[in-house]
Amino acid sequence: MPPLPGEGTAAAIAQAVRAGERTAVDVVEEHLARIAGREPAVHAFNLVLADEARAAAARIDQVVSAGDDPGPLAGVPVALKDNLCTRGTPTTCSSRILEHWVPPYDATVVSRLAAAGAIFVGKTNLDEFAMGSSTENSAFGPTRNPHDLSRVPGGSSGGSAAAVAAGFAPLALGSDTGGSIRQPAALCGVVGAKPTYGLVSRYGLVAFASSLDQIGPLATTVADAALLLEVIAGHDGADSTSIPQPGPRDLVAAVDEGVEGLRIGVVRELTEGADGDVAARLEEAVRALEAAGAKVDEVSVPTAAHGLSAYYLLAPAEASSNLARYDGVRYGLRVDAPDVAAMNYATRSAGFGTEVKRRIMLGTYALSAGYYDAYYGQAQRVRTLILRDFETAYATFDLLLAPTTPTTAFPLGAKTSDPLAMYLSDVCTVPSNLAGHPAVSVPYGVGDDGLPVGVQVLAPALGESVMFRAAGALERRAPGAQRDAAPGAQRDAAPGGQGPGRP
Amino acid sequence: MADRISRDDVVHVAALARLHLTDDELDRFTVQLGAVLDHAADVAALDTAGVAPTAHPIPLVNVLRDDTPMPGLGPDEVLSQAPAVEDGRFRVPRILGEAP
Repeated sequence: MPPLPGEGTAAAIAQAVRAGERTAVDVVEEHLARIAGREPAVHAFNLVLADEARAAAARIDQVVSAGDDPGPLAGVPVALKDNLCTRGTPTTCSSRILEHWVPPYDATVVSRLAAAGAIFVGKTNLDEFAMGSSTENSAFGPTRNPHDLSRVPGGSSGGSAAAVAAGFAPLALGSDTGGSIRQPAALCGVVGAKPTYGLVSRYGLVAFASSLDQIGPLATTVADAALLLEVIAGHDGADSTSIPQPGPRDLVAAVDEGVEGLRIGVVRELTEGADGDVAARLEEAVRALEAAGAKVDEVSVPTAAHGLSAYYLLAPAEASSNLARYDGVRYGLRVDAPDVAAMNYATRSAGFGTEVKRRIMLGTYALSAGYYDAYYGQAQRVRTLILRDFETAYATFDLLLAPTTPTTAFPLGAKTSDPLAMYLSDVCTVPSNLAGHPAVSVPYGVGDDGLPVGVQVLAPALGESVMFRAAGALERRAPGAQRDAAPGAQRDAAPGGQGPGRP
Repeated sequence: MADRISRDDVVHVAALARLHLTDDELDRFTVQLGAVLDHAADVAALDTAGVAPTAHPIPLVNVLRDDTPMPGLGPDEVLSQAPAVEDGRFRVPRILGEAP
């Protein structure tokens, strides 16, 4: 059982540990006990770092005892997606080809979290190389949705979302190339944010599609997601695509600022395909934002409807190039053969799973002679059109609103034999990746099946602060929200429904 | 847009990607890649005359850093993850036609 809102949040834990009111060791033991109880059923982790977490917690407690401040995430358990490099700790990407790889360096986000006093409790499961929307493409078996073990948690950061939803850690990091933070956050009933491209360093994130990949937070509350993002954001010289300016420091404060006077557009093209119950929750979210003082209208972003098609040409193309490095020479799996070319073939054929092979094939085809301009080139031009359409929309609106996913969590196995059906899970999330814009999924009630529904707030580049204002307002007014516990909340009735049952 | 992807195309692309695919995989990928590319036909139909391609969402050019020596990973650390090592180098099977 996850703690009630306010009790076990990252913010509350860090405050108590810094003040010497709780020990980090106690906090870690409490979370390891939860992991011991439910992890066998959920399978959120590829690796639980129990001993390492205990040792790190003891060091944090010593810092506090010595009268020093361990940092803004003092003693807070964090789960890391297993495509984030951890020095001396295996980083598998849920792939056979990296099953025994131990990185010789830390990702920048990992260093920043450690410096902020966070404690890593494990490496979370994912779709192999982050390619998938259900975490069923893991070479090490699927993760299950803590709300209903017969359902997927979403993906590719399904392990991170499930870990947060199950109370294994109040915070997790994921990566989002086409929705891989937001979609599992929505299906697991937690908050998940994809920051502006370049706001968070990708150094040490194993590359999938480099012009789309971005690391971001998953959390039980919007304020915790904002806190985690503040810790990891900001320029890093080790990533040449990192935006050369300090990260924002006003995100946590923005959560309670409210939405009075904000202009919010509901994106017609991203709403049309949603199931009835998801569309109904979105409509309730619109009314809640209006009640909180925002001005909400419908808006058309015409080329957003083509985002999915463009994405499934661009992302596999970049992936086919990035994954060429797994050749059995320098690290990772090698399957021996008499000559190098045969060794390359044997290694890659044995090491990659079906979905990864499918994407490499799709991308290689889209980049191959004779097809390059018709597929890859055209998709890049459509990416420009999508950016222009967003620019037009943001001339009138401060923020945009859409469902995070068209449906609630689907049963395991429901889409594994039909890749296109699986890809359609990403239809509402890919436009933000193509544009490089931030977006956040906030839990908003449940569907007809009782499973969580996510509402997505989209913002222009570097619009995280205003994005978190709307996310905070939605959280306070969501069905079942404990509005009395939320600071700055107005006390009017939340529209409709009950909150999701605690997993 | 190009013609629908054929099984021969899939065989060719697998060789470019250095993947051995089974007959069953070749059959399935021919159908599945065809379906994804059909779905992408809407992208092909958009008028993009005169539209510049976007390779990257945030325009950044010529990112330079100061020319300052920094410590890097040592050779032992780098080679520690190699499948095979000899004399401080990555060892691989023979590259050309001669006997090993």
